[in-house]
Amino acid sequence: MAYSKELIDHYENPRNVGAMDDASGDVGTGLVGAPACGDVMKLQIKVSPEGIIEDAKFKTFGCGSAIASSSLVTEWVKGKTLDEAGAIKNTDIAEELALPPVKIHCSVLAEDAIKAAIQDYKSKSGAKDDNQDAAE
Amino acid sequence: MTAKWTQNHPLYLDYQATTPTDPRVVEAMGPFWTNKFGNPHSRNHHYGWEAEDAVEIAREQVADIIGATKKEVIFTSGATESNNLAIKGVAKFYGDQKNHIITVVTEHKCVLESCRALQQDGFDVTYLHVKENGLIDLDDLRAAITDKTLIVSVMAVNNEIGVIQPLKEIGAICRENKVFFHTDAAQAVGKVPLDVNAMNIDMLSISGHKVYGPMGIGALYVRRKPRVRLTPLIHGGGQERGMRSGTLPTPLVVGLGKACELAKKEMAAEAERLHGFRQKLLDGLRERIPEIYVNGDLDNRIPGNLNISFAYVEGEGLMMGLKDLAVSSGSACTSASLEPSYVLRALGVEDELAHTSLRLGMGRFTTEDDIDYAVERIAKEVNRLRELSPLWDMAQAGIDLKSIKWAEH
Repeated sequence: MAYSKELIDHYENPRNVGAMDDASGDVGTGLVGAPACGDVMKLQIKVSPEGIIEDAKFKTFGCGSAIASSSLVTEWVKGKTLDEAGAIKNTDIAEELALPPVKIHCSVLAEDAIKAAIQDYKSKSGAKDDNQDAAE
Repeated sequence: MTAKWTQNHPLYLDYQATTPTDPRVVEAMGPFWTNKFGNPHSRNHHYGWEAEDAVEIAREQVADIIGATKKEVIFTSGATESNNLAIKGVAKFYGDQKNHIITVVTEHKCVLESCRALQQDGFDVTYLHVKENGLIDLDDLRAAITDKTLIVSVMAVNNEIGVIQPLKEIGAICRENKVFFHTDAAQAVGKVPLDVNAMNIDMLSISGHKVYGPMGIGALYVRRKPRVRLTPLIHGGGQERGMRSGTLPTPLVVGLGKACELAKKEMAAEAERLHGFRQKLLDGLRERIPEIYVNGDLDNRIPGNLNISFAYVEGEGLMMGLKDLAVSSGSACTSASLEPSYVLRALGVEDELAHTSLRLGMGRFTTEDDIDYAVERIAKEVNRLRELSPLWDMAQAGIDLKSIKWAEH
């Protein structure tokens, strides 16, 4: 099975590897997958007060396609609004990396990871907003 | 470290998948493709006779490596056919008297699927479990045998984890209970000493390409005293004592014979050499990589096999980084099921660890430099991927991965 150049590049030179402080109010964390299934993605986004994703980091346990898919989406989400990032489809990821059919689930997981990170950020900032409301 | 290995010319460490044909074997086969092309079953002229003579020498060489007589060896297309013939052949011949088969959950698929096919025909099959080390519990075997048990089929050496089953003890139990004992010895021939009489083996399957012989040839040992009878699966001219019709492929037969002759001669020295390599490999990896786990018993194991789980690093992802090494993984990320190796599961290896396993197979053409190279490359890549692994981070932070509610997908 020959992998695409794009996929191999992301696997060998993954972008935005790392972690951000999960406790910080402007960071949303998505942790998806399961070790028993052979794939776990942790994707984190840092969101500006204007609602723009300023930074993204990932760590992934999985095959080369899973690592490449998560690396790619960290690049894609940077500079996007939450709504724009949430609109990224697994098919876009699969197409960009030319994932073979047996690896489509890796792109699905990457989409799930973005959504989970956004959800986490929103629930945190939602809670914060509530607090502010209460203070006002 | 020499950069002699590349993606298009990787270091071969997958000797349980197949072995390269030994040049001496290729040389022995040579004339039988060209001038000595006769049909070994032609009884009327020189071409037939010389081919037949060569086949009979090969039969003797094959018999010799397992302590059999040549009349007890029939040639097949490979171990898959041998296993099918042994199990189905005996079942069809004796099925109206006894209808129970005992085998093991870690057998090769061709044994398991042959048994499944017989279940469709009304046979009862007991699949013995294995202990954590991959070996069967002899008490389980004793307990499973009934007066309806016809055959016990237990592989000699497992293809994934290389463990050697206690053949002699199994054979004794089978003989005592008047049950046929078949063993799939594809991974054992030429690696460990085998003696069909001392081990009370009634049928034994051999593969050509696992013993530095050619692909497309194998053999089945079928005991004559006391006689084992088989209903053939392939009908035709009645070759191979009626058990396997079809013209014998003389060059392949000659190759298998030569491969067995060489393997027998070199087995002891080769085992010692590979044992040293495996120790070096394991020591090297343990020194450079924490939290690695050997799958399967290390003592009762062929020397050329190592199966290791590199916790927190997925096996297929690891193999992609090791593109200059030809190895295989117990992870099944490429299969639609996402389920890891059934052999590792049977040992009780948890799925998360089974996904992180690599099978490293060494053999006749492996050198000490190769081991050094493999250690360096694997250590480098495992450590790189651990830096990428959220599981490694969590484990380092003291988080119990089992305490997390994972969404299994």
